[in-house]
Amino acid sequence: MAEPTEVYTSAHVLEYPYSRSVGPVIGAFLTGLREGKIVGIRGENGRVIVPPTEYDPETGAETSGFVDVGPGGVIETWAWVEHPRDDAPRSTPFAWALVRLDGADTALLHVVDAASKDEVTTGARVTAHFLDEGERQGRIQDLCCFQLEETS
Amino acid sequence: MSTAPQPKQGTRPVAIVSFAQAPTQRRIEQANEVELLMPVIGEVYAQANMTKDDVDFVCSGSTDYLIGGPFSFVTALDAVGVWPPKRESHVEMDAAWALYESWVQLQEGDLDVALIYGFGKSSLGDLQRILALQLDPYTMAPLWPDQVSLAALQAQAMIDKGLATEEDFAGVASRSRRDAMNNPNAQVANDLDVATLLKEEYIASPLRRHCVPPLSDGAAAMILVAGDRAFDVVDRPAWITGIDHRIEAHAFGVRDLATSPSTTKAAHIAGVGEGDVDVAEIHAPFAHQEILLASALGLSSTTALNPSGGPLAANPLMAGGLIRFGEAANRIMDGTASRAVAHATSGPILQQNLVAVLEAAS
Amino acid sequence: MSDALEIQEPVTMLSTPIRLNYDFTAGVAQSRSLRGYAEGRFVGQRCPVCKKVYVPSRGSCPVDAVPTKEEVVLPNTATVTTFCVVNVPFAGQSIEIPYITASILLDGADITFMGLIQGIPADEVRMGLRVEAVWVPKEELGPTLASVKYFQPTGEPDREISTFREHL
Repeated sequence: MAEPTEVYTSAHVLEYPYSRSVGPVIGAFLTGLREGKIVGIRGENGRVIVPPTEYDPETGAETSGFVDVGPGGVIETWAWVEHPRDDAPRSTPFAWALVRLDGADTALLHVVDAASKDEVTTGARVTAHFLDEGERQGRIQDLCCFQLEETS
Repeated sequence: MSTAPQPKQGTRPVAIVSFAQAPTQRRIEQANEVELLMPVIGEVYAQANMTKDDVDFVCSGSTDYLIGGPFSFVTALDAVGVWPPKRESHVEMDAAWALYESWVQLQEGDLDVALIYGFGKSSLGDLQRILALQLDPYTMAPLWPDQVSLAALQAQAMIDKGLATEEDFAGVASRSRRDAMNNPNAQVANDLDVATLLKEEYIASPLRRHCVPPLSDGAAAMILVAGDRAFDVVDRPAWITGIDHRIEAHAFGVRDLATSPSTTKAAHIAGVGEGDVDVAEIHAPFAHQEILLASALGLSSTTALNPSGGPLAANPLMAGGLIRFGEAANRIMDGTASRAVAHATSGPILQQNLVAVLEAAS
Repeated sequence: MSDALEIQEPVTMLSTPIRLNYDFTAGVAQSRSLRGYAEGRFVGQRCPVCKKVYVPSRGSCPVDAVPTKEEVVLPNTATVTTFCVVNVPFAGQSIEIPYITASILLDGADITFMGLIQGIPADEVRMGLRVEAVWVPKEELGPTLASVKYFQPTGEPDREISTFREHL
């Protein structure tokens, strides 16, 4: 029997059409996005957690009391991507950032649109920009991006 | 006559007596996971002069998401020989946690020998998309952030707080890959100075290519023995005298990314600071994370960090953390170290951390 | 503080489809079996320790954990060790129900694999039934078990269950 040197490979796609129930807390956040606003929730000692969680991540205490935050905020940290991946939120250069919205005590992960890396700094003020009302569906992408306040 | 050191956690002393790994490669095309594992399992047994009949408990670490098929880890048992039926378990995590589960099992008292193995082929799929699925499915995963961008957020936070510079990151990369030239199992080994590395483009600022681990296919295996029987297997078993695992919040925005409180806490409970540390093998896939973790572990500048080259030289997912334990154990077993620290991480940007202290018997 | 939600119903569901592309690698041993199918034959491997023949080939004996390098070509004839009558329709189904899937023990093999039974009414299929593989036309053969269309009765006398009990 001849030793085959060929090892077969096969393209394989794994695909799931997940449809998730979000519950009242994430639901409130997504509903807020659909309305063009960002919603947080009060945790232990009244600190405002964004995105809202059902429990305080540090103490485990139940959270309650939704709070509108933003639309302005501060960049807590960032990373400039000059060559975005195909599945990135942008096809042109952009920054990922953790943004702490005004009124919030924790930061939200999202995109900062800027013309170049030089414009983005930790501590810079940004403003949330949403998709047009008709395009908003109640998901994180309703929040289109953050823009630097000097240029927005 | 040596006596096994008493551990800080649990009641039975447990030691690493054998460790083996496959040479890590970018793409192991000829072999599937079982064929990749078989020689590694064979070697780990041979070194210990043991067979599958000596093993009481088998535990593996892998993730079906790398191969794209459910229960793929069950197929890997073909490499192990679980007949007559054995007590067996699996963690959908790095095999360092399979070691932790095995350590817990051995504490029960009725099992004495555990075989641990981990494997992963990152070459089969799009690793960044796969790892994005470990993120919050409602608010983060739909944006498909990749691991390099997320790690970059952490690196930037370190720079902003004055904890490190891009030059420091390059220093870690330069040293690691140079050390890897002495490691036949390493995938990326070269001798490039910091100035050369700093000329590279950013992938996601402030991380350049040299700050990022390679994509790797690989596998590793290990044998643990409880009690004095370990001395029958090797002259200098690597005794686990402390071990602990802590986890931080899932959301990045509630964490201080420039520090690792879970690592600091686990290190304290495991007793890292209670003696000199000759060698530390740190599971820091990104260059800045070695600086962060060495600080979180409370290590002094006299500790040799990742003499194996670390994850920057070879990063087979699901085996990389176990390899840190194995490399640290090898330093004890070959006599170059008396006290070592092994660290493994899991989850996005160092969310969970496992720390252990390994010691030679006095 | 605001927790007032507007006139629209609050969001209760989120659609998060995922799609991941992979390059599945069969590995050396399974590729031998796949090449076998492309050549119109069943290829297995024998364990050097327990001497059992595994088909399709996997590269290792799951009992002894040693590489299985010795290649064995198996005939087209086999025994049905057990079977199932499928009555439940499912999405993407191409075979008319009811149909029979069976555990096929090729002559000379020590483990079974799943195969489709045709050429016999569903209520006449039985344990011990002797069958043979019907392959697709030569030009359609490929490195896939789909090269085997189905198994059909040979007409030989049934095998006694006692002769294959250990394979159940």
